[in-house]
Amino acid sequence: MLIIACGALAREVRAVADQLPNFTLRCFPATLHNTPDRIVPAITTILDDTVGQHDRTILALGDCGTGGALDRLCTARDLQRLPGAHCYAFFTGVTDFDDMMTEELGTFFLTDFLARQFDAMVMRPLGLDRKPELRDMYFGNYKRLVFLSQTEDADLLARAKAAAVALDLTFEHRPTGLTPFARDLARLAA
Amino acid sequence: MSDEPELILAELSDDELVEQMKDDLYDGMGPEIAEGTQILLNRGWDANRILKESLVDAMRIVGLDFADGILFVPEVLSAANAMKGGMNLLRPILAASDTQTSTGRVVIGTVKGDIHDIGKNLVGMMLEGAGFEVFDLGINTSIDEFLEAIDKHDPHILGMSALLTTTMPYMSVVIEDLDKRNMLKNLPVMVGGAPVNKEFADAIHANAYGPDAATTAELAKTIVGVNRP
Repeated sequence: MLIIACGALAREVRAVADQLPNFTLRCFPATLHNTPDRIVPAITTILDDTVGQHDRTILALGDCGTGGALDRLCTARDLQRLPGAHCYAFFTGVTDFDDMMTEELGTFFLTDFLARQFDAMVMRPLGLDRKPELRDMYFGNYKRLVFLSQTEDADLLARAKAAAVALDLTFEHRPTGLTPFARDLARLAA
Repeated sequence: MSDEPELILAELSDDELVEQMKDDLYDGMGPEIAEGTQILLNRGWDANRILKESLVDAMRIVGLDFADGILFVPEVLSAANAMKGGMNLLRPILAASDTQTSTGRVVIGTVKGDIHDIGKNLVGMMLEGAGFEVFDLGINTSIDEFLEAIDKHDPHILGMSALLTTTMPYMSVVIEDLDKRNMLKNLPVMVGGAPVNKEFADAIHANAYGPDAATTAELAKTIVGVNRP
């Protein structure tokens, strides 16, 4: 079995490997989220590189701004994808994620990966390291930052809190662990 | 420290100043754009001429360079911020001007469930630059809010924006509702946003797809008959 994952989920896929059948993991860079039109081509390249090597393929990523192109690829190439439009929902479960968005539409999420790579994934790509005055143009409509933590890590928690301060958002911490993620991935892999 | 002498905008000729303002807007220098705009106004320039010859033309170049991968989102936003400084000076003058003729009226908004407005704001700015009256409904706009604004402002064009794959289908909901009300015949609908493309726009029967702010403004002019082939 081949699992193609966003790089933002690679560590988590490996963390639940003992709950899955044997698999090969291939990832594409998480930075492609900033150019979502390049995500499907990146996955297609991996698929083409591995033709005939695996009996089936699972995608561990959200739609990620592809405008539905990812799901069209799944249909065309007979792939299965984790449920949810956003990878945050992989950790919370789709229902809890939807509830959080209903509760506050202006919610910005961090996961362990994003807390760890906040500068590389958020501050620098958005130019906020060199143009901090743009912050409110990007985040002016957001109200809160919710840190969905997969592990207990005081350093990541501190980083997430600092991110909320940097973006001028209120902070909430919701530990998710890896249970919903592992369950849904195992269900697809079964 | 630079050895170059400080540039005094007020000492430049009109042509030099306009060219300098284009450079400054490209570089996102807001205070300089506001200063240059005020200087041209003081020299008796028509507000509409300042808008078109300095701000809009510079922003058009920013848009082209963004499309070509020369500039990126932060630089585009800085340029837009700088343009805003000039627009803030020009807008009240344009609104009060007897000679100002509107290109048309546009109602725009980010659709329900979506709070992202950077692209929509850029489009609004470019539409204003093209002489449109823009009624911006903001973010998370429901169909009722669109209908109310259409009723109130009688627009020539309705524009909808979405950043999320999960919210772009709401554009279709609005268009279907307008169709049921037999309103589409006289109200062209334009759509745009990062996950939106021409294929999607065609599928939901939008009249036009704006891939970027500058192109959207040109398409809008074409729709109202300003840009004739």
